[in-house]
Amino acid sequence: MVTFWVAVLALSVLLYVLLDGFDLGVGILFGLTRSETRRRVMLSAVSPIWDGNETWLVVTGVVLWGAFPIVYATLFSAFYLPLLVMLAGLILRGVAFEFRYKTERARWLWDWGFVGGSVAATFIQGMTVGALVEGLPTANGQYVGGDFGWFSPFAALCGVGLCLGYALLGAGWLVNKCEADVRDSAWRQIPYLAVGVLVFLAIVFIYALVENLPLMHRWIDRPYLFVFPAIGALAALVLAASVRRRRDGWPFYTTALIFVSAFGTLAISFWPYMIPFSITIDEAAAPHSSLAFMFWGEGLFVFPLMLLYTVISYSVFRGKVKPTVGHY
Amino acid sequence: MDLTALLLSRLQFAFTVSFHIIFPSFTIGLAAWLTVLEALRLVTGRPAYRVVFEFWLKIFGVAFGLGVVSGIVMAFEFGTNWSELAKMSGPIQGPLLSYETFTAFMLEATFFGVLVFGRARVPAWFYLFATGMVALGTTFSAFWIMVNNSWMQVPVGYVMDHGVAVPTDWTRIIFSPVVWVRFPHMLLAAYVTGAFCAAATGAWYLLRREYSAEAHIMLRMGLCLAAVLVPAQIFFGHLAGDYVHDYQPAKFAAIEGRWHDEQPASEVLIALPDLGSETNHYAISVPILGSLIGSMSFTSKEVGLTDFAPQDRPPVLIPFFGFRIMVGCGLAMLALAWIGSYVNLKGRSERSRFLLRLTFLSFPLPFIATLTGWFTAEVGRQPWTVYGVLRTADAMTPFLTARAATISLVVFCAVYLFIFAFGIFYIYRLLRAGPVGSLVLPPTAAIPNRPMSVVDEPIASSTHHVAAGE
Repeated sequence: MVTFWVAVLALSVLLYVLLDGFDLGVGILFGLTRSETRRRVMLSAVSPIWDGNETWLVVTGVVLWGAFPIVYATLFSAFYLPLLVMLAGLILRGVAFEFRYKTERARWLWDWGFVGGSVAATFIQGMTVGALVEGLPTANGQYVGGDFGWFSPFAALCGVGLCLGYALLGAGWLVNKCEADVRDSAWRQIPYLAVGVLVFLAIVFIYALVENLPLMHRWIDRPYLFVFPAIGALAALVLAASVRRRRDGWPFYTTALIFVSAFGTLAISFWPYMIPFSITIDEAAAPHSSLAFMFWGEGLFVFPLMLLYTVISYSVFRGKVKPTVGHY
Repeated sequence: MDLTALLLSRLQFAFTVSFHIIFPSFTIGLAAWLTVLEALRLVTGRPAYRVVFEFWLKIFGVAFGLGVVSGIVMAFEFGTNWSELAKMSGPIQGPLLSYETFTAFMLEATFFGVLVFGRARVPAWFYLFATGMVALGTTFSAFWIMVNNSWMQVPVGYVMDHGVAVPTDWTRIIFSPVVWVRFPHMLLAAYVTGAFCAAATGAWYLLRREYSAEAHIMLRMGLCLAAVLVPAQIFFGHLAGDYVHDYQPAKFAAIEGRWHDEQPASEVLIALPDLGSETNHYAISVPILGSLIGSMSFTSKEVGLTDFAPQDRPPVLIPFFGFRIMVGCGLAMLALAWIGSYVNLKGRSERSRFLLRLTFLSFPLPFIATLTGWFTAEVGRQPWTVYGVLRTADAMTPFLTARAATISLVVFCAVYLFIFAFGIFYIYRLLRAGPVGSLVLPPTAAIPNRPMSVVDEPIASSTHHVAAGE
């Protein structure tokens, strides 16, 4: 039962990162162009699906609370201010999708909210992971870091890194979904972003060695973990090849694969901890009666339906967005 | 533990949840009403039903979107500000709220898409079915929230194990008698809200002598529905009072403004409770009625607030006045619904412009009643978060600082006011514009997960319409 809910949680987080990752990435890239036509096309490439993508964040939140209440309570209270910024960012960028078209004069305001909200939410997510990897200051399973205990240069670096990563994912999505202008500029951005992501990963690696983070020891103890980074490296090579040959469909999926491998690397090196190195999965799990109650309804029936529904809604909106027929 | 942080956290939760409840209490009723409209159209074939349906669907979209956005924040707040509660009750509240997300997401997301752009693509019966499913989704959502809140009011079906509530009997949790009084009470509140909003809008158009056919449907259905629902609501309200009387005597005494034990007890209709001297000033009370309401008896003894140690008493003023405002709104709505329906069924609505004006101005009543009802229930539960088990002061994140809580309260207030000012202005513009263009084309961009997009197309035309009129 615990394993089942760990799997559901992991899948929800992964889906959130991949799906909302690309539309947050498009939000970041949105700030790099001034052209109204390009902006419209970029928005229409994500507007049918972004809201569904964010649902996975809510799903993650409630599954975490239901199945692993201690982790929910510890993490959310420790990251009090960052989560506040993330929520405000997500709300602002969410309404910007609708409100920017309701006004001409104040459009810059909503556009600013869209870009700022996307960057802020992404940065916070990356920083959270960074802070977790580094280890939160805890004593007796209780967070003791104060208002800014989550902050560190390493965590901030991870925030920047995730911005680059989501932007790469977003560029991959644009190349896949758009034509002409937008696709071409995304193609031009991909090499820089990809190099940026790789440099970031290298810096993290070196930093980790220098700082001798506890996580590193686990990797050295378990060499088989390097399968995941290897898959990521392979995906990066394919991405490079696709940039040379301009294969529209490839960058998104190879970048997604890099994310999956990074996620797998993290997940397996966290194991069996949920909050490294203070709370394990078994310690965090809710009582069996709670997990079973969730399993026999939402776990067994509704969750598969949600996955199915996600697949269907993506297949409805498959294919390229037409630059001439915008959504509005 | 920081007392300022505690106060700020409570303010923040009260602010965000109060803002949130406005939208679901509107959309739950609206979704059910849309289903009725669509069914009526299928049976009678009258095109006006279709126009009214399309019109309210747009408003539903905006309100639904705002409800979703403000609801997401709630899912995080339990963890950020109330982490001790989240740990203690997580095994019970977590699964309940996850059911809320899962079931509501499934039904609403799937079938809202059909509602928005499926009209031409699916058979009529299926369209009706989809409307019903959206209504069912919003109802499920309310149901799980009420199960969750009722457990906090009257915790059942669990044992405490190392400071954690371990569920032992889900049937008792879900089928707790408290749930089945409070869930209908909330559901009826939502239906009454929908009914009054429809009636008020109808009255508004009649006053402006516009959209006569549609306005008559809104007015008649709204008033007649309210005429039936408000008495039912008052009945369930009485039952809700009974559970408070039996399970939360301190809250009951605060609502009644009863400081000392009385036998038989009188009922304070209105007064100014004085916390210092523990008495009421300017009280108007009816002898024996208190025992009758509390225990259905002429002689029963009813407990007063002074039976409880000061640290176990709820604040008095908010439950006392909140309850009276709620009941006052309820009685006003009852009078308006009955008189309005009578006049309407006699076919004299258009001539009694005073009554139309009253009906138009009545739309805030159900919202005020819902909010004050919740204030009564939630403030009256203090000083407990989980009644009798976990005090609010112990539920808060122990290391939360006043600084962090101030920042978050300010940010939430700013963002909410900004966003919701736009949203409500937007609904107002839609209402003001009226069901123009009647049979609107399904907007090309509207999609299941983006309810607010429904209004994109029509607003473009209605904007000009309004601008020309202003």
